[in-house]
Amino acid sequence: MAMAGEKGRGRWVVIAVPYLWLLALFLAPFLIVFKISLSQDVVAQPPYAPQLDLSNGLAGITEFLSGLSFANYGYVLDFSNEFLEAYGSSLVIASISTLLLLLVGYPIAYGMARAPRSIQPTLLMLVILPFWTSFLIRVYAWIGILSPEGLLNQGLMALGVIDTPLEILNTNLAVYIGIVYSYLPFMVLPLYSALEKLDLTLLEAAADLGCPPVKAFWKITFPLSIPGVAAGALLCFIPAVGEFVIPDLLGGSDTLMIGKSLWTEFTVNRSWTVSSAVAVLLLLVLVIPIVIYQNIQQRELEAGK
Amino acid sequence: MGEVMAADKARKETIGAVRRTFAPWKDPTQTPLIRFENVVKRFGDFTAVNNVSLDIYEREFFALLGPSGCGKTTLMRMLAGFEEPSSGRLTLAGEDLAGVPPYRRPVNMMFQSYALFPHMNVADNIAFGLKQDKMPKADIDARVEEMLTLVKLEKFAKRKPHQLSGGQRQRVALARSLAKRPKVLLLDEPLGALDKKLREETQFELMDLQMDLGMTFLIVTHDQEEAMTVADRIAVMNHGVLVQVDPPAEIYEQPATRYIADFIGEVNLIESTVTACEGEITRLTSEITTSPLTVAHPCEVAAGGNACIAIRPEKLRISLDPPPEGSENVFAGEIWDIGYLGDLNIYHVELACGQRLKVSQPNLSRRVARPISWDDKVWVTFDPDAGVLLTR
Repeated sequence: MAMAGEKGRGRWVVIAVPYLWLLALFLAPFLIVFKISLSQDVVAQPPYAPQLDLSNGLAGITEFLSGLSFANYGYVLDFSNEFLEAYGSSLVIASISTLLLLLVGYPIAYGMARAPRSIQPTLLMLVILPFWTSFLIRVYAWIGILSPEGLLNQGLMALGVIDTPLEILNTNLAVYIGIVYSYLPFMVLPLYSALEKLDLTLLEAAADLGCPPVKAFWKITFPLSIPGVAAGALLCFIPAVGEFVIPDLLGGSDTLMIGKSLWTEFTVNRSWTVSSAVAVLLLLVLVIPIVIYQNIQQRELEAGK
Repeated sequence: MGEVMAADKARKETIGAVRRTFAPWKDPTQTPLIRFENVVKRFGDFTAVNNVSLDIYEREFFALLGPSGCGKTTLMRMLAGFEEPSSGRLTLAGEDLAGVPPYRRPVNMMFQSYALFPHMNVADNIAFGLKQDKMPKADIDARVEEMLTLVKLEKFAKRKPHQLSGGQRQRVALARSLAKRPKVLLLDEPLGALDKKLREETQFELMDLQMDLGMTFLIVTHDQEEAMTVADRIAVMNHGVLVQVDPPAEIYEQPATRYIADFIGEVNLIESTVTACEGEITRLTSEITTSPLTVAHPCEVAAGGNACIAIRPEKLRISLDPPPEGSENVFAGEIWDIGYLGDLNIYHVELACGQRLKVSQPNLSRRVARPISWDDKVWVTFDPDAGVLLTR
């Protein structure tokens, strides 16, 4: 009994540590942001009110609570302000980017998984290699490639493919290129791990039963790699929605993304409260698809039992 | 009830009659269904299959038997189309299979790992091959139903493979490979993952199934008992070559080489020198006994040459009483170890020279006055027709 108790306690410690970590570094900051989103802007330090004054006891708490309102959410959700449009545009850009990532990443992951075992670690290393350079520098480098007098245009003009430089930088196309480039490892790695696990005997069995290779890919390989597809898509889609650096550096003035709007709201308009409301809504927008996805997975798992 | 039993009996008699007379390999007018002609398969420097020529006939239950790495699986995979021969020819029903991809070959394979599609339920797994043939849906459903009945899994049609036991999965794999009614069914170690009892039951089920469906089965196995049980003929392979191709009884009673005698079942090998060849009778002497040896087996070497007498443990007799003076085929020794298997006793008898003989006897201990015990002095004898002579 004592042993079991000891063991039980050990298990709880192991479980508690990461949750305490999340509580302190994720939930607590989120609650602070949420509180600010319910406050009003004031010209003061800090630039929002009301402040919670615990020295007044219960009266202070009631006064604080009565000062909170959802007014900022009304402002953000108002069609005349560009936030809703920015959310929509972010979701569209992130969705298209995720699709492009899937189209580019799947063949790479497939090739890696089918490569000789001995060179697979090297290929994996090459996929991870870009992480050794700063993300910001890599995105800056794309300016040098995509600008009107950049490498790409110079190269194409030297080859005689085009006469006048292509307008790529400061357009949504540049944003797509930037996102696909930056997020590719996050798509390739989960896909690779799903494809690498695939039992090749299954493909032999399919061929044996009269199924040609291309059809076998769609009947066997692809359905069995769907967990990898889902993981890769989520890993790319979620950060892409909130992406700020890439649209800011590569996108144009008409590139509307919620990360950029949030930045402007916080730094240019100096509204902590509205930018907090934008952040909370962004979290909701992203949490909903994750929860739905997990629900589906859970149901499949239970159906499997 | 009576009718069912009568029908069963009639069926048994037909099967018995067919089994007794079935020997197309002895009939020169028969054309083989599968022909391997001087087939060689190399992987880099390694020769997996070395110049194999083999004919397999329609409706035959044929076993490829050998230790792992002997090339038997490679031989089967060439028939399925997963490997191309490095040289030689492979024909099925007269058609050269060179360059025909696996998905166009009229053979189906049951994989050692079963290779069931994990994302499809049992019915979809069985229907997979039929759908490739663009069979009408109603026909597919009917065939799937028929296959499920055949392997007694009617209630499991909607289950996914991971919801089945090992034995059930094995039957799904069998149903899936049979569903297309292939000309030849290839079975790659089909029963390897089952426990002993289930394996033995399934062996008999496989034989009945093959008989009922009238199909040609080619089984790859390393389990000699399994091969002996199910097959009409066995090809024993070693290091990429065929060592012997014969029906089970001939392989057991007339092994061609020391390797086969030793590989199939237990055997005592007695190295001897031929003293006289008298037609069907060969006389020999051996360093391990003073008694002269006689074997009812024609000899391929002249007097003075070396030969090896191979005798199965169950064909040796063991006694506590010495045989009459001057008897032939006698070995004197001491009991070194006894193995009690329930139905059998295995005696290890150590001779004066140190060689040990294995003798097995049906367990009759309840009726014997004094059982043989450890360190007893015993005499081992055999009849001239109990052994065979091996020169290779």
